[in-house]
Amino acid sequence: MKFLRDYLDSIKPNFEKGGKLEKLHSVFDGLETFLFVPRHGAQSGAHIRDGIDMKRAMFTVVIAMIPAMLFGIWNTGHQHFLTLGMFAGPLDGLMDKLMFGLIKVLPLIVVSYGVGLGIEFLFAQLRGHSINEGFLVSGLLIPLCLPVEVPLWMVAVATAFAVVIGKEVFGGTGMNILNPALTARAFLFFAYPTKMSGNTVWINTSAENGQALVDGYSGETFLAQSIQSSSNYVNVAGVPYESAPDAWMNAFWGFIPGSIGETSVVAILIGAGVLLFTGIGSWRIMLSFFLGGYVMGLIFNAWGANEFMQVPAIYQTFMGGFFFGMVFMATDPVSAAQTNVGKWIYGFLAGFLGIMIRVFNPAYPEGIMMSILFMNVMAPLIDHYVVQANVNRRLKRVKVSNQ
Amino acid sequence: MGKSIKIKKGLNINLVGEADKVLSNHVSDTYSIKPPNFHGAIPKLLVKEGAEVLAGTPLFFDKNHEQVKVCSPVSGEVASIVRGEKRKILEIRILADKEIKYEDFGASNPNDLSGDEVKKKMLQAGAWPFIRQRPYDVIANPNQKPKAIFISGFDSNPLAADFDFVLHDKAEEFQIGLDAIKKLTDGKVHLGLRGDHNPTDVLKNAKGVEINYFPGPHPAGNVGVQIHHIDPINKGEVVWYVSPQDVLLIGKLFLTGKYDATRIIALAGSEVLKPRYYKTLIGANIKSLVEGNVKEGLLRYISGNPLTGERISQDDSLGAYHSSITVIPETTESRFFGWITPNFDKLSASRTMFSWLMPNKKYSLDTSLNGEDRAFVMTGQYEKVFPFDIYPVYLLKAILTEDIEKMENLGIFEVAPEDFALCEFVCTSKMQLQKMVREGLDLVHKEVG
Repeated sequence: MKFLRDYLDSIKPNFEKGGKLEKLHSVFDGLETFLFVPRHGAQSGAHIRDGIDMKRAMFTVVIAMIPAMLFGIWNTGHQHFLTLGMFAGPLDGLMDKLMFGLIKVLPLIVVSYGVGLGIEFLFAQLRGHSINEGFLVSGLLIPLCLPVEVPLWMVAVATAFAVVIGKEVFGGTGMNILNPALTARAFLFFAYPTKMSGNTVWINTSAENGQALVDGYSGETFLAQSIQSSSNYVNVAGVPYESAPDAWMNAFWGFIPGSIGETSVVAILIGAGVLLFTGIGSWRIMLSFFLGGYVMGLIFNAWGANEFMQVPAIYQTFMGGFFFGMVFMATDPVSAAQTNVGKWIYGFLAGFLGIMIRVFNPAYPEGIMMSILFMNVMAPLIDHYVVQANVNRRLKRVKVSNQ
Repeated sequence: MGKSIKIKKGLNINLVGEADKVLSNHVSDTYSIKPPNFHGAIPKLLVKEGAEVLAGTPLFFDKNHEQVKVCSPVSGEVASIVRGEKRKILEIRILADKEIKYEDFGASNPNDLSGDEVKKKMLQAGAWPFIRQRPYDVIANPNQKPKAIFISGFDSNPLAADFDFVLHDKAEEFQIGLDAIKKLTDGKVHLGLRGDHNPTDVLKNAKGVEINYFPGPHPAGNVGVQIHHIDPINKGEVVWYVSPQDVLLIGKLFLTGKYDATRIIALAGSEVLKPRYYKTLIGANIKSLVEGNVKEGLLRYISGNPLTGERISQDDSLGAYHSSITVIPETTESRFFGWITPNFDKLSASRTMFSWLMPNKKYSLDTSLNGEDRAFVMTGQYEKVFPFDIYPVYLLKAILTEDIEKMENLGIFEVAPEDFALCEFVCTSKMQLQKMVREGLDLVHKEVG
């Protein structure tokens, strides 16, 4: 790789201050540090440093999302062919499903990364700082939390909104209050609700010549079905599941309609394993988030006023974006609570409120996005009280020692 | 048998090149005393170039506290006074005599003296700068009375000198030093000892002090950690601390009446051919120590340990408070896609690399930052290696915004830059935490006093 290093070194002066391409310094720096971890030495302080850096930390999250992404690609195809009455078994027509999914999902990912990174580069150059890695994660999260039928231009607009209003106006990665990916989703949800909810957005139902939708076709997600009944579920082809546990197993594996990356609890748990093992994701947030949702589910079970409340607590968590939000959204270190005690409170309330909003809100049966965004806003307040408790402990010590 | 306080948070960094327990002598031609080593002191020179000095002759005093003098470690001639910007005094170089001649301050038993007499003698003989204080991590203010004095009997930093080895045959000097230090406070003198394995009898059998054991990883040996867990510093309180080699120095002053600046240092690091211990003096030029004893290549010489030490050149001198010289490789190459490759040769507290598979492997780390400066993003990272009941990121943010009241509330009085060294090591955002803490302390010191 020496020739590449030499080449970069040879063109580098053009991008330094005073060079003719000075305006592209951040872009060059971003590319250079992407290719090579720079030979910056520790000039002051500790002379040796941990091997980790921001690129590696962020890329670990991207790796953790890959199972959910691959599953989402497959499931996009799977749901599509189910509505056409083809390839009912999970492994039937595997290549067809993957190819179909890839054709649908890849453009979303490309648009999200393209627009987001473009704006990041622009801001980095304008502000004269180096390009931050935060968007590596957001750029993949955004498509994974959207329905497959969302138009590309909407993804572009939402990404631009999330990066500019959600992040850059606060000063860039590390300074934002809200999770950028959820900001994008919330923007679309309120700006274009018909493209973000309902029965038509989750599955691509385009039929080629000779193909036709099956008679019983229903594009409803499990969440929408739960409003009517907590025990009788049908798949997208309108075929009822044998039993409620059978339906829940399908939800656990992820063979159900939903946003691209959110359906498979299994795939998300693999990602959670990566995050927890490497120590990049907070186990406190994930665990307390799960407990919060589960406890709310139990409370609803005990209450039992309508069908939705009767959905067994553990199955509540298999639906919608609960696990996706828990593993990838709530754990965003910048927008989550930062103290260890605060993380417990933050995670618990986010899960608790998520299930609550989901069941109480008749207009849209999913509340995880709202609850996480709400807790993002509340996180600094939680941290404030946690830190204040520490301050009070210290002040009390002074009083004791003065007596 | 004292208390045993388990330190749970922290990280032991295993590096190649630990010093063998073999002691050699090192004699240098030149010695340098660097006023910037004594942080916070404003030096006022007492000697001119060309002056003849004895070991124990004061070279300069601190304008803040005129009684506090820093003395020459050897006898000889003041060869030069090196000044930097704004004529700041950087170094006082002394050309040493073959045979060291000492000023005589008179031997005496500290147990027969009053606290004030002990203090006076130490101030006069240049032993005072080795008594340091928290808060602010500066030379102790002789006009104050500390609520306690702490001595950490071990250094848990990577490649640090092993005080068990340094002290094992110096029971008498050490005990007399402790007797003298005891006179300086009405409170207790705490001696913190290694909890993981058995310390030397010299430390275990020390009399007149409270002995506590600190099992656990680095920074268990940091005196700040020990203070925090035994008798934390509140606003308005002062605690003094002394390093074990400085206890010896004080002990020898009372035993012999001489200012004996002998230091036993560990010459360590992956680039040293024969890492071992050397008996030398404070301020010794290291050139003759390292020449021919280090590997080829671009090297970083550090006075002190790799986490908190000071960067020096090959033709430079041992810092006043340091007990080791470390030599590690400078980073020379950028790594192709280094942020995604497995990096088996890198150490990480996270499990994004494979160092967790080999907890006992010794690493040869270079000076690479392994990344670039970023804003605070990751959370909970510092807390894993920071055994204080303090929220480090909140304290650092208070320092960044220069909010003194917040700094006080969040515990700035209890910390020193070295306590943040491990946080700095693990920081994903590669921030200069020790520098930030130093600046915060200086600001509070100036404003609060």
